[in-house]
Amino acid sequence: MPITVKNISYTFSPKTPYEKKALDDISLTIEDGEFFGIIGHTGSGKSTLVSHFNALTRVQTGEIVIDEFVLGKKKIKKRELRNLRARVGHVFQFPEYQLFADSVLADVSFGPKNLRLPKDEIYNRAKEAIELVGLDFEAIKDRSPFELSGGQKRRVAIAGVLAMKPKILILDEPTSGLDPQGKIEILELVQKIRRDACKIVIMISHNMDEVASVADRIAVLNKGKLATILPPKELFRSRNLLQKFNISMPEASSLANELADKGYKIDRGVVTVEELVEEIKRLMRNEE
Amino acid sequence: MLILKCYNLFVGYITFDNVFYSYNAGFEDEVEALRGVSFNIEKGEFVAICGHNGSGKSTIARLMNGLLQPQQGIVTVDGMNTLKPKNSFEIRKRVGLVFQNPDNQMVASIIEDDVAFGPENLGLARSEIEERVVWALESVGMSEYRKGTPFRLSGGQKQRIAIAGVLALKPDVLVLDESTAMLDPMGRKEILQVAKRLQKEERMSVVLITHFLEEALLADKVIVLNQGQIALTGGTEVLSKADILEPLGLDVPFASKVANLLNLREGIVNREELVEEIERLCR
Amino acid sequence: MRDVSLGQYYAVSSPVHRLDPRFKMFAVLVVMVATFFITSFFVFGVAFIFIITVSLIARLPLLKVFRSLRAIFILMLFSLILTMIFSSGQYGEVVLWSWRRINIYISAMLNAGMLASRLVLLMLTPTILTLTTTPIELTDALESILKPLTLLKVPVYVFALIMSIALRMVPTLFEETDKIISAQKARCADFESANLFRRAKSLGSILIPLFISSFRRADELADALDSRCFNGGKRTRLKKLKFEIRDLVSLIIVLAFLFLVLLLRYNWWSFYWIIQLNNVVI
Repeated sequence: MPITVKNISYTFSPKTPYEKKALDDISLTIEDGEFFGIIGHTGSGKSTLVSHFNALTRVQTGEIVIDEFVLGKKKIKKRELRNLRARVGHVFQFPEYQLFADSVLADVSFGPKNLRLPKDEIYNRAKEAIELVGLDFEAIKDRSPFELSGGQKRRVAIAGVLAMKPKILILDEPTSGLDPQGKIEILELVQKIRRDACKIVIMISHNMDEVASVADRIAVLNKGKLATILPPKELFRSRNLLQKFNISMPEASSLANELADKGYKIDRGVVTVEELVEEIKRLMRNEE
Repeated sequence: MLILKCYNLFVGYITFDNVFYSYNAGFEDEVEALRGVSFNIEKGEFVAICGHNGSGKSTIARLMNGLLQPQQGIVTVDGMNTLKPKNSFEIRKRVGLVFQNPDNQMVASIIEDDVAFGPENLGLARSEIEERVVWALESVGMSEYRKGTPFRLSGGQKQRIAIAGVLALKPDVLVLDESTAMLDPMGRKEILQVAKRLQKEERMSVVLITHFLEEALLADKVIVLNQGQIALTGGTEVLSKADILEPLGLDVPFASKVANLLNLREGIVNREELVEEIERLCR
Repeated sequence: MRDVSLGQYYAVSSPVHRLDPRFKMFAVLVVMVATFFITSFFVFGVAFIFIITVSLIARLPLLKVFRSLRAIFILMLFSLILTMIFSSGQYGEVVLWSWRRINIYISAMLNAGMLASRLVLLMLTPTILTLTTTPIELTDALESILKPLTLLKVPVYVFALIMSIALRMVPTLFEETDKIISAQKARCADFESANLFRRAKSLGSILIPLFISSFRRADELADALDSRCFNGGKRTRLKKLKFEIRDLVSLIIVLAFLFLVLLLRYNWWSFYWIIQLNNVVI
C-alpha cells in the first residue's frame, strides 16, 4: 500500500486550557494511481490530516506508512525527512503567498536546490515544471513572480512544488479565491498533473462540485472523525449521510435527487452536469 | 445642490455618468480600469455587479464612496458629487464598503470595540454608539460574540463582524466588494443571507460585487462588466445568456447551464424554474 | 492555539484583574518608586509579603509570578558578584575573607543582598500588572492617561489606534508566518542547517512573503479605515474607564504601603521601635 494511515489521532495544545482534538482515530489507505478527495467543513481536520503525510505535523498517536517511510512518534532523520518531502509534494491554500524570489526561475528552483541536486538538473526540473503548469518558460523565467496575474502566480507556486518531482501531490483548496475561468484552468491542470506527473493526487476542498468531478474516491471528515470513504457516485446516492454531516451535494446530484423524489426514474448518483443532462434527455424521450 | 437633489429623485441614489478611471494614469504601466461606465442605483435596490478579475468591478466599489475619484465623468451619491473633498465624509456615512479579506478590516481585538469604531469616528454620544453596536451585531446575527475576540471565528463569522462594523455607520447603501470570494460555501451563504435580509427588512440598497453569477441571482438588477465597460445589464434573466457570458470568462448559473444543454426555453436562471420546465416537458 | 496578543495575561477573574488599569499602572509606579527607599531587610520582607499577598488575591500561581525572575537572573548574578568584589567595606571593618587582592566584607554582602532584593521587587511588580491586565486594557489606560496632551494638539487617539491595530494584527501575522514556514518546509527549506548562507536564504523565503503580505494588508486596512469614516476629526468612545470604590480602596492601601516604607526609612517621629525593627534582621 503506498499510503497507509493507521489509527491517527491528533490534539492541539494538549494539556492546556486551549486543548482541541483535531483528529480522532483515523485509518485509511490510498492506492497508487488514485485521485483521492477529502472534504469537510472548516475545522474538520482535513488540513491537519494531510500535513502528517510529509511530516509537517508530527504523529502523536498511530502510524503512517508511505512507501518505505514509516512515520510514528519517533523523530525522523534529517536526510530521510528531505527524501520524504521530495516524495510527497504539498501545495498549500493560496500558495502564491509563499513566492519570494526575484524571478520565476529562481522561485521554482528553490525546492530542487534544497534537495542539493546538480545545477543542470535543477534548471531542467524547473523548466519542466514551469512548462507542465502551462506557462511559456522562455517568456516567464526572468520575470518577477509578483508582477504576474493571480492565476499565473498560482501556477508558478504549483510549479515550485512539482519541480521536486513528487510522486504524491497534496493540493489544499487549489482553486480558492480564483474567478470561474481561473478555477476551470486550475482543475484542468490538476488532472493533467495526475496524468503526466504524479502517481497519487490528494485534493482537499470544500467545494463538492470540484471534488466530485475529478476524484476516484472521496473521504468525508467531520469534527476530526472519518465519516466515510466512497466513490463519488455512491457517496451522492447516500443522501442521509451527507445531510447528517451537513455537506452539500454537487448541484447536479442534488437536482437529480429532487427529480427522483418527485417520482421520476432518474439515477440519483449523477455527478456532473453532462451526466445530469443525459439522464434528463433520456427521461424526456421515455416519457414522450 | 438643490437642483442635483431633485434630479436625484428621478435618476437614482448613486449615479455613474460616463465614468473613466485608469490606474497609474499618465505612466507607462497605465491600466484602464473603467472606460465610460454609466448606471444608477436606486434606494432599496439589490444590484449585482459581475465580471472576471480585472474587469473593473472593484474600481466601481472604490468610486462609489469616494476612495477613488473619476478621471472623467461624474459619480454622485445622494446628489453629492464625489469629486468635492468636502462631501467625502457625508458620502462615506451613506455608502458602506466591505472588502474581501475580513482580517484586513478589523481594527480592534474585541468585537464590540471594532464595531464601535465607525460610530466613534462620527463623534456620536456614548448611548447612541452602544445602541448602534447592539443593533449592528444583531443584524448580522453575531450578538453573542460581542465581548469576544475575532481570532477563533470562522471566515464567514469574521466577515459578518466586518459587515456589522460598516452597518454601525447606518449607511443607505451596503457595498460588498468580493466579500464572499475568500469564504467557504457555508460562509458565503451566511453573507448572502445577511445581505438579502438587510435589503428586505432595513430597506437598504445592496451592491454585491462578485464573479459568481450564481450569487447574482439574489439581485433585482445585474450589471456585467467586461474590460471596463458594461457588457450586459438587466434583470436576473440575463444571467442565462451563456453565449454572451461564457466568452467573458463567467460561469452561467447551474440552472441556465442545464437548460441551455437541454435546449429549453431562454431565461431560465434558477432551479425552481428549471424543475418546473422539465416537469412540463416530461408530462 | 493561544492568543499571542494576550501577552502573558493570566485569564482568571479576581479583584486585582478587575481594577482600573490606569490605577494599576499608577500603583506599579508607586511601588517601584518605594523600592528605592527601602534600606533594611525587614522592610524588604514587608514588601515581599505585600507582593505575594497581591498575587494571591489575584489568584496567580506564585510559580508563574516568580518565573519572570529568570529574565534578570544573569544580570542579578553579575551585579551581586561585582558589588561583593569591588566594595571596599566600611572604615575599620574586618575583612571576612580574602583571596589575592580581593577582600570580601560583611557590609558588601549586605549591600549585594539589598541590591538583589531591589531587583527582584522591580521585576515582580510590573509582572503582576501584565499578568492581570490585557494589552488592550493597557492601551486604553495609556490613551486615557495621555488624553490631556490632546489639548496640545498631540493626536493621542491616533497612537492609541496604532497600538490597537498592532495588537489586533499580531495573531494574524503569527498565523500567517506559521503557514509560510510550513509551505517552505514542504519545499525542503532548511532552517536548521549548519551552513549559515543556506539558513539566511531560507529565512528570506519566510520574511519576504511576510513583508509583501503585510504591505498588502496595510493597503487594504487604509481603505477600510477611510471607508469607516476615520478622518482624524473629533471622536467619541464607546468605553470609558471608570474609577470605582474598589480602586479607591486599593489606592489607599498602596499609598499606605508607600507611607510605611518612607516612615521606616526616615523615622519622621523618631520612634525607638522603628530603629529596633530595622535592626531585627541585620
